[in-house]
Amino acid sequence: MRIVVLTKPVPDPASGGERLLPDGRLDRANSPAIVNGNDEYVLEKALKLVEAAGEGEVILLSMAPANAPETMRKALAMGATRGVLVTDPALEGSCTVATTRVLAAALATLDSDLVVAGIDSSDGVAGVVPAGIAAVAGLPYLSYAAEIAPDMAARTVTVRRITPTGYDVLQAPMPALISGTQALGEPRYPSLKGIMAARGKEIVTMSLADLGIDPTTVGTAGATTRVLDATAPPPRAATRVIRETPDEAARQVVDFLAERRLI
Amino acid sequence: MPTILVVGELAPDGTLTRLSTEVATLARALAEAARADAVGCLPVAGADGPAAELARFLPSVVVDGGAGTDATATQRAAVLAAALDGVSHVLLPASPDGRDLAGALSALTGWGVLANATGATWSDDGPVVEQSVFGGKLTTRSAFTGPTGIVTVRPNAVVAESAPSQGSVTSRSTQPTATVPVVATVDRIEAAGAAVSIDDARIVVSGGRGVGGPDGFALLADIAEALGGAVGASRAAVDSGWIPYAQQIGQTGKIIKPQLYLAMGISGAIQHKVGMQTAETIIGINRDPDAPMAEFADIYVVGDLFEVGQSLLGQLRARAG
Ligand SMILES: Cc1cc2nc3c(=O)[nH]c(=O)nc-3n(C[C@H](O)[C@H](O)[C@H](O)COP(=O)(O)OP(=O)(O)OC[C@H]3O[C@@H](n4cnc5c(N)ncnc54)[C@H](O)[C@@H]3O)c2cc1C
Ligand SMILES: Nc1ncnc2c1ncn2[C@@H]1O[C@H](COP(=O)(O)O)[C@@H](O)[C@H]1O
Repeated sequence: MRIVVLTKPVPDPASGGERLLPDGRLDRANSPAIVNGNDEYVLEKALKLVEAAGEGEVILLSMAPANAPETMRKALAMGATRGVLVTDPALEGSCTVATTRVLAAALATLDSDLVVAGIDSSDGVAGVVPAGIAAVAGLPYLSYAAEIAPDMAARTVTVRRITPTGYDVLQAPMPALISGTQALGEPRYPSLKGIMAARGKEIVTMSLADLGIDPTTVGTAGATTRVLDATAPPPRAATRVIRETPDEAARQVVDFLAERRLI
Repeated sequence: MPTILVVGELAPDGTLTRLSTEVATLARALAEAARADAVGCLPVAGADGPAAELARFLPSVVVDGGAGTDATATQRAAVLAAALDGVSHVLLPASPDGRDLAGALSALTGWGVLANATGATWSDDGPVVEQSVFGGKLTTRSAFTGPTGIVTVRPNAVVAESAPSQGSVTSRSTQPTATVPVVATVDRIEAAGAAVSIDDARIVVSGGRGVGGPDGFALLADIAEALGGAVGASRAAVDSGWIPYAQQIGQTGKIIKPQLYLAMGISGAIQHKVGMQTAETIIGINRDPDAPMAEFADIYVVGDLFEVGQSLLGQLRARAG
């Protein structure tokens, strides 16, 4: 079984270092990058599926700046087999349309039974790239997965899709593209052995020329959207701390709610 | 003038979501400023009832049955992509279905996406979309570089307001030009005692590790009911299996902007904060005076969540009479 995992290196949200450049693009060079949180859950699931199948490989696919291998090594240390990185100076400032096209083109060079992605990225939070890639690549798209169950013999995959009131059971032929959630399960920590092994694993780099994509149609040059300005929201009012008996504290909360017409 | 198209969506019970009416309200305001038309579409066969509801907010709504009733968002996108004549911008809910639809529609049309709008105005060049990024650290305003675009809109970006008069409802069945692979929905499972959805709730009462177990969440459910809100949770509570993942708020859960967020036994870790810090009012109840939540809540009650919660519930019920 061969599974491609779409992994996006993103600035670590916990570092507080997320910044925009003066032109509104994300400052990727100066933010410490990690593997997007949601991508780790689908990676974990992919590793489990390949382990259960007893054969196969897990391939990482990223479109990111040239320093991305540093971040991809962590995913390789978790157990992924190898990585494919699409990187090109002309990709800087790409919008979701370009990202979708580029990743779909790179995906077409890889043979796979399943492609998995996170439901959204912590830096963009658009949650639109996987559905777009599926549409371009002509793959069935199953989203918001809480469970992924492929049947290699029947060449079908069954997914539990989270809904507001429960879940839907979706089924499609393979290959298919699935976006997954944290409900798939906690990602493993890389073992020392995994970290050592990751150093020797292959990360193949592809450029726009390799994919036959015109550089003027992507990046800032081809972007469909642009940031006009960015401002810090007004600071929140100072916190009012209440240290009273439970009844008095609750009374003050109720008064406050009434003042703000929330009750 | 180009038309602004609103794509509405249905809740699992078949009614129009409130978010759809907010998106319609925003589109109407944009269309007025642009001297353009705002029209609605429900790409769900037979959705005449919800369409009439959407038509309270828009001059005209079309029910497009081209994709059938059980179609996934990708199939609906293919239908919409084939029916965009005269449309310049598409506005849809920033919900799971709305995102799937926006992603597929964008890929099929090449139109850009501005995701998770918290507001929008019209300039000469088109919509200027406000977004809250990096977990609320920055507010950006963005625009499309071309004449077309897709905007997904977050809950509570505007207050839904019906139009002066009821709009018309028509039906059609557009045949998609692009073929997208069919995904079969083989079963729909309702979770036992499914909770009120937090996505567009005005008030969210949220519990964390401090709630201690499913029994503790019963108290939160009662408070939420007394306030007319929904129950949310931190990841610690979800990971413990006390409440379903669909209720999780934060980086890998949902990002919400309710009018009131009442956090009980939640420390306020950064990954949680990014999901709720744009709430209009934040109240924390925590026995630790130094938890991160104490830095950004409007009101921070230092105390035991069960004692304060019980008293709060009693007083809320007494007020309601
Ligand atoms: C990649 C990644 C993604 C993540 N995504 C999310 C996410 O989407 N959402 C999310 O919430 N977290 C997320 N987290 C986890 C996050 O870092 C925190 O671990 C989590 O939010 C903590 O939940 P908590 O506040 O309920 O628990 P804790 O941090 O343990 O806090 C519990 C609080 O309850 C208080 N308390 C205990 N008992 C009582 C009582 N009887 N009365 C009053 N107060 C009491 C304690 O003082 C404490 O402050 C993520 C982490 C990672 C690494
Ligand atoms: N540049 C990228 N490289 C690899 N995967 C990506 C990239 N951008 C988006 N993805 C995938 O698409 C998912 C959703 O991203 P987004 O639509 O940007 O929120 C991510 O969780 C990734 O799995």
